[in-house]
Amino acid sequence: MDTNTRFAVQDLYSDYVRCVDDTKYEEWPDFFTDECIYRIVSRENYDAGLQMSALALEGKAMLKDRVYAMNETMIHAPYLQRHVVGIPKIHSADDGVIRAEANYVVLRTKLDAFSEVFNTGRYLDTIVNEDGRLKFKERICVFDSELVPNSIVYPI
Amino acid sequence: MNDPHPINFIREWRKPGSSRMPYWLYTDPEVYRREQELIFNGPHWNYVALTVEIPNTGDYKRNWIGERSVIVVRDEDGSVNVVENRCAHRGTQFCQEHSGNRKDFICPYHQWSYDLKGNLQGVPFMRGLKGKGGMPADFKRENHSLTKLRVTVHNGVIFASFHPDVPDFKEFLGPTMFKYFERVFDGRELKVLGYNRQRVPGNWKLVHENLKDCYHPGLLHTWFVNYGLWRADNEAQNVMDDEHRHSAMVTVRNEGGKGEATSGVSSYRENMELNDGRFLDVETEPWWDGPTAVIQSIFPSVIMQQQINSVAVRQVIPRGPRAFDYIWTHLGFADDTPEMTQRRLRQANLFGPAGFVSVDDSEIIGLVEEGALQSNDAETLCELGGRDIADTDTHISETLIRGMYQYYRKVMEI
Repeated sequence: MDTNTRFAVQDLYSDYVRCVDDTKYEEWPDFFTDECIYRIVSRENYDAGLQMSALALEGKAMLKDRVYAMNETMIHAPYLQRHVVGIPKIHSADDGVIRAEANYVVLRTKLDAFSEVFNTGRYLDTIVNEDGRLKFKERICVFDSELVPNSIVYPI
Repeated sequence: MNDPHPINFIREWRKPGSSRMPYWLYTDPEVYRREQELIFNGPHWNYVALTVEIPNTGDYKRNWIGERSVIVVRDEDGSVNVVENRCAHRGTQFCQEHSGNRKDFICPYHQWSYDLKGNLQGVPFMRGLKGKGGMPADFKRENHSLTKLRVTVHNGVIFASFHPDVPDFKEFLGPTMFKYFERVFDGRELKVLGYNRQRVPGNWKLVHENLKDCYHPGLLHTWFVNYGLWRADNEAQNVMDDEHRHSAMVTVRNEGGKGEATSGVSSYRENMELNDGRFLDVETEPWWDGPTAVIQSIFPSVIMQQQINSVAVRQVIPRGPRAFDYIWTHLGFADDTPEMTQRRLRQANLFGPAGFVSVDDSEIIGLVEEGALQSNDAETLCELGGRDIADTDTHISETLIRGMYQYYRKVMEI
């Protein structure tokens, strides 16, 4: 594994976290290719080979629809997120396709409340280079958490 | 009741009828405890599993009826048994997996073993060791089975009850509710697409209210309003069983867009267009028989959802007076084409804990609970469509909620 690839993946991960934690959701779809997959799925379903996710978006257009919904139409108590992402494990980087994964913890802070662990699991990623920038062709957030604490609105 | 204990119940619901609900219904631990006794342990059928989840001998699924953990298991005869997940000896909740396969159940504490019908089989050192100790001579294993529940299986759906006098399932639902139940569960083989589990910070009754509240979808849910999935001008039937405990909200979607049903509705977004229309790539299925959505509340434990091509069983598990677990089992049918499965999966984005639409509901329930906590000496208002209770063909009515609380007062004796 060449060092540049390793740093590039780490930069992608930290840029993604900056974007989401800074609530710049309009920029979130740009981390993905046009024909991407983005899923938030329980470990229970994932390990059992069940197809159902908590959220399963196919293509950047669906991600944009989600951003519109989270900003304009979904009714929810406000909250902030703080992602802590572990050092990525890069499984392979062949023919311009990088397969990587990393553990994550998302802390949620609601108004008038203490920060709490909201969701924890791992990212399973397929990353490609598009016009000189690394993008997610696939990002599957497989969460360990048995119960979602009420609801998931924003991207993990 | 098979497990009675005295209740020191002090709340008084002073007003007659069920068009005003006192806030303590949603917060009071004594009310909650009485609900466990009279409702979840009462003469009601509680959803526990689908037969497709336990196809083979020894397959089991752990679940909950109210506060009580139960195991649904298929035995050697092929019959489905439901037993309480508590060792008859020292009370260990011995099964901790969601599901699995066993030849028998063995409590790890002292290795008491039970067969798949819940009968006590083995008690280590039952007659003592070297002539010392052991159970008294009059100890009989057959008197110490796991608690066995009444079980009914209808078209692949398993319900259970702790109550010895629970009525026949068909009678429990009544003819109208039975018709809507069989609309989805007509004996076709089901296919589980997966689960979603969330803890909602609100009283369990609020979710039934939410799914008996045909007024809110056309206001709260922007998605429904915009795309005509559920709004005030839909053709509608809101119907109940004779006891008014169960209900079905039945609706036919329309073309959406602007009209009388959207004027003054602040959630309406005139220019809302999807970038990807596949979320709402609806294919009419023959078994719908007209309605595009039927949301059926089967008191007290489950909501059966068909909303366009998305089908789900939503189980309600109370977790104290101020929370419940909402367990979604997303379904398709064994004969679905791959395209239909894909469609059901896509449309499931509207529902569940991250759903474009369902998030609104679970969040609102949390806010109602917060409101209820503010003071006990006030009450909610539930008078849309009048103060009486009757089936209706308008969405601008709260009759189904009044119906549930009429039954609730009767069974709770408050």
